[in-house]
Amino acid sequence: MTRPMRDVWAETLMDLAVDNVDLLVLDGDLATSTRADRFATAHPDRFLQMGIAEQNMVGVAAGLATLGFVPWLSSFAVFFTHRAVDQVRMLVAQTHANVKIGAAYSGLLTGFTGKTHQDVEDLAIMRAMPGMTVIAPGDATECAAAVRWATEAAGPVYLRLAREAGPDVFDETYRFEPARVLRVRDGSDVLIVSTGLQTARCLEAATILASNGISAGVMHVPCLKPVDAGAIADAARDVPLVVTAEEHTILGGLGGLVAEILSERAPRRLVRIGIADTWGESAPNAFLLDRHGLSPERVAERVARETSRTQPIGADGRIDRTATVEEIG
Amino acid sequence: MARVRAVASRDAPPRAAEVDRAKPPWSLPLPLTPREGIAPGVDLDDLARRGRLLVIHSVAHSGAGHIGGPLSAMDLLVALFFRVLRVRPDETDWPERDRFILSKGHSAIGLYVVMALRGYFPVEELATFDSGDSRLQGHPDMTRLPGLEASTGSLGQGLAVGLGIALGARMRGLGFHTFVMLGDGETQEGMIWESVMVAAKYGLGNLTAIVDCNGLQQYGWSLPPGEGGRGDRRDPLAGTRLGDALEAFGWRVLEIDGHDSEAIVAACEDARGAAPGRQPTAILATTVKGRGVSFTEGRFEWHARVATPDEVAAARLELGLTDEAGS
Repeated sequence: MTRPMRDVWAETLMDLAVDNVDLLVLDGDLATSTRADRFATAHPDRFLQMGIAEQNMVGVAAGLATLGFVPWLSSFAVFFTHRAVDQVRMLVAQTHANVKIGAAYSGLLTGFTGKTHQDVEDLAIMRAMPGMTVIAPGDATECAAAVRWATEAAGPVYLRLAREAGPDVFDETYRFEPARVLRVRDGSDVLIVSTGLQTARCLEAATILASNGISAGVMHVPCLKPVDAGAIADAARDVPLVVTAEEHTILGGLGGLVAEILSERAPRRLVRIGIADTWGESAPNAFLLDRHGLSPERVAERVARETSRTQPIGADGRIDRTATVEEIG
Repeated sequence: MARVRAVASRDAPPRAAEVDRAKPPWSLPLPLTPREGIAPGVDLDDLARRGRLLVIHSVAHSGAGHIGGPLSAMDLLVALFFRVLRVRPDETDWPERDRFILSKGHSAIGLYVVMALRGYFPVEELATFDSGDSRLQGHPDMTRLPGLEASTGSLGQGLAVGLGIALGARMRGLGFHTFVMLGDGETQEGMIWESVMVAAKYGLGNLTAIVDCNGLQQYGWSLPPGEGGRGDRRDPLAGTRLGDALEAFGWRVLEIDGHDSEAIVAACEDARGAAPGRQPTAILATTVKGRGVSFTEGRFEWHARVATPDEVAAARLELGLTDEAGS
């Protein structure tokens, strides 16, 4: 088990700020949760406490960016993508402002905060904004690399940070590249496409499936926008079934993205695992992952079930028949 | 092109050809202005009259746009750009320039007219207002028009950007001043009060908010209780004593007649001079919506309406700009 992303986010910024004198952190009174308080201790002159006023904070960042500063914002994802979405849209995305959004406490696992704070629509919302780069790192190493890349890159970045720690997926040689998708496990029966911490759970699911005779490949999509759609389509052509899994609603996020790509470029049977058009609740993490089918065991069960209902690819590379909605039940 | 008007005119919109026959004053002779800094010799009231006519013409030419707000703010905008703001129209990225943000972005045409008169771009370009590929968008778009310091339109947001610029200027050791123009109706947006609090917290004396208090928003109300109506339609809510509220949040407050050019200049210089006191300044400028033309003054329907060719001609007569040169 590696370190939580929020710790890595704050410490990477502390490190970068030593040489990058333009790097600032603006906080919406949540620094002790997002770990921006560590940055404040290390670089007090570069930390701006904006109070419980996220809309203003986004606007202040846009103003600072016009003077060459690189403002990173610290708050919970939900307050950027919902409360301050108009400001993010008009002042940051539409002006291509060099503002970096550190969206902490994303997804379902937000420490017993419940549906008010569980942002399971953020990827759909941010992905719809022209010019916005949308990143959901899969582990601490990728998170640190993404923070470094985002700080250097020009233009707005939305970085989806997980509160909880997850297993290591990548080693220290990892370098973040926007749009790149990563094949983290090969498999011929099904392709599981995932993002964020869910990728580690999907890798575990693939191990369970392998012990049951199902060969599951896993593709990690750390950057939902821009994204290498061709690579996703190419990978889908090799398998009869594609499954997406995400700590997000199945509408418009990774599942929506893959559905768009497959329907245009490589039609395949697609199953989307995620929050099925409902709200979350405050509960232990294990309960939430089980409830929404995101634990390794639940993903493996679902993939096995769907695989058994999917016709294999024929000798000519075509699929003769795919299961109907009625058959899937 | 389909257009949506906030308040529909009963008259059919004029066709462009009709407006063109009304001799649009794109060719008004420009006042001579120094490259940077203030232009003490110009007649601000004369410029404001020309500006008002250009607003009415530009909106008629494009077939859509706002009238009431640009006319109420015209004297403020002219005084700012010709006597207050230290800017270089031919060097819009000059680091030391004063910053101006029109937070009430729907008055964009008023800002464009004054920028054109000041020499940021040819006055003739006003004929492109609102058309496809134009730099003069319906709401100010900083990615298109050099000289705009922010993109605005969704109300309540410009003060936060100005705050960020003022804060950044202090961190960079830059001595310029940042002015943000708000509408009085705009202060109903909650975000304004977030910015008001944070600006006071950081002691941003280099930030000034100018509130165009025309007392008449799209549907009607915004005057404080007890104040005589300056508009024809009121839908009173519990009024806010805006000056008291801003003072309570730690701001200096100046109250002026927003159509008195000398008072505007004096208030802005007072604000600039007070910057070391680390208290942001709010200038509450009392204005009349649609100011300058009898049939638009205080009329809520002129919030966003297109003048007919006859109305354009009548406005021109009233503004005393009847000959071909418009002077």
